Amino acid sequence: MAEYRNSDETHERSTSAQGMSRRQLMRHAGWFGGAVVLTVASGEVISHMAGSRSATAGTAAGAAPASGTLRFVQISDSHIGFQGPANTDVTGSFAEAINQVNSLGFRPDFVMHSGDLTHLSTAGQFDQVRQMMTSLRTDRVFTVPGEHDSIGDAGRAYRRMFAGGTLGDGWYSFDTHGVHFIALVNTLSLEKLGHLGNDQIEFVRRDLSGLSSDTPVVVFSHIPLFAMYPRWGWSTDDALKVIALLRRFASVTCLNGHVHQLFTKAEGNITFHSATTTAYPLPEPGRAPAPTPQVVPARQLKDALGIRTVGYHQGDRELAVIDRRLA
Amino acid sequence: MHLNFRPSRRRTRVAAALAVAALGTLGLLSACGQSPHPSSHAGDITPGPGQSQTAGTAGDGETGNKAGTASSVPAMPHMSMPPSSPDAKAPATGDAVAIKNFTFSPAKLKVTAGTTVTWTNQDTDPHTVTSAGSGGPLHSAALTTHATYSYTFTKPGTYAYLCTIHPFMTATVEVT
Repeated sequence: MAEYRNSDETHERSTSAQGMSRRQLMRHAGWFGGAVVLTVASGEVISHMAGSRSATAGTAAGAAPASGTLRFVQISDSHIGFQGPANTDVTGSFAEAINQVNSLGFRPDFVMHSGDLTHLSTAGQFDQVRQMMTSLRTDRVFTVPGEHDSIGDAGRAYRRMFAGGTLGDGWYSFDTHGVHFIALVNTLSLEKLGHLGNDQIEFVRRDLSGLSSDTPVVVFSHIPLFAMYPRWGWSTDDALKVIALLRRFASVTCLNGHVHQLFTKAEGNITFHSATTTAYPLPEPGRAPAPTPQVVPARQLKDALGIRTVGYHQGDRELAVIDRRLA
Repeated sequence: MHLNFRPSRRRTRVAAALAVAALGTLGLLSACGQSPHPSSHAGDITPGPGQSQTAGTAGDGETGNKAGTASSVPAMPHMSMPPSSPDAKAPATGDAVAIKNFTFSPAKLKVTAGTTVTWTNQDTDPHTVTSAGSGGPLHSAALTTHATYSYTFTKPGTYAYLCTIHPFMTATVEVT
């Protein structure tokens, strides 16, 4: 096992909606934030903040059960219904991802699917993905919608199936193990980038208002809340209003999907983690004319797909994020 | 360089060297941990303020609140691929917009009132032709490869549209 620390200090504060050149993106990726420590070992990428109590955080996300420990799973971008050479069996891949969750050696407290459950928002695809997720060995399955889940109906079919207990257009929050979770919807507005809208920003403001600043906060969204690559829509145009509300908290972890690849970035107290997909890889930002599904040799496909586990031990400052390749 | 999440030998060597520094820092910092926040029933999942029930759906083991499950979801009529209209097969009467490589081409189309414009998706990804903002006339279903969508513009004006799946794809039709 080896630890990889990117020691560049970041003063990046901008999540500008302006287009980012490849070169700027490289700098962006190079910054990464001085605080993110990535541990790479046997198909896993473990990241946590340099200031965290790494030993316990690592244990929290690992297989050893411990009381008072929160462990949850993020899966993303299953695109049930996709047909193409980039993955001729997305249903099979999603079933493998579910099996992997069920074989972790611990029962996650919950599973979050961070959007693009389906490829084309059809009733059959929604029904299939919902049925598949009922076999997840966990107490609760949460979702946020992707833009592929709201084609043609502004998310109505998605909400009918998945938005019980939510507010507004499907956003919500919950608490467990001393951590506050917020699930946002940024795929419904017909904007070039992800968009939250004033109603949802007001929801976040009220939601956080009664919360102590030392409460760890986790924010889920489909499209990244940071400017990962605006030219391809990989950004949220009004996310800064939410980021501003999150600044006072000691520890904020933003987990998104959409980009079908791992990416981590720290900005002060906030760490962003883009998750990979269970369906097919997309190109790295700017590495292709458009974010089209990438066809890779069959052996490499599983390396590009995966699931994420997140651990938190009560009293720690940071969460431990482990990305695992599809087994 | 862009971060590659797959370990390579070269990177591992660099990483191992950096790990010493990183671990040293961590060792110092870890002594300054915060005390735990004791709370009862912390393992439960409870809805946030203003929410009477927990979102999400039950996993395999939950027997409690199932408000989010889809057992009562009615079968819903949904989109089907648009039939190729007669106009789509008569290019002489309709201007054509190709959807290729995540762009509408031409991105600015000029037609006269009464013209039927036909969009054809040449990508393997699905796209839509949807009026920007609300109240516009263009509302295609998701167009899979080779699927088409046609609309006859009757009133002069500039019609902005986009693909809702990839909203950075934008274009206009100007009707005179």
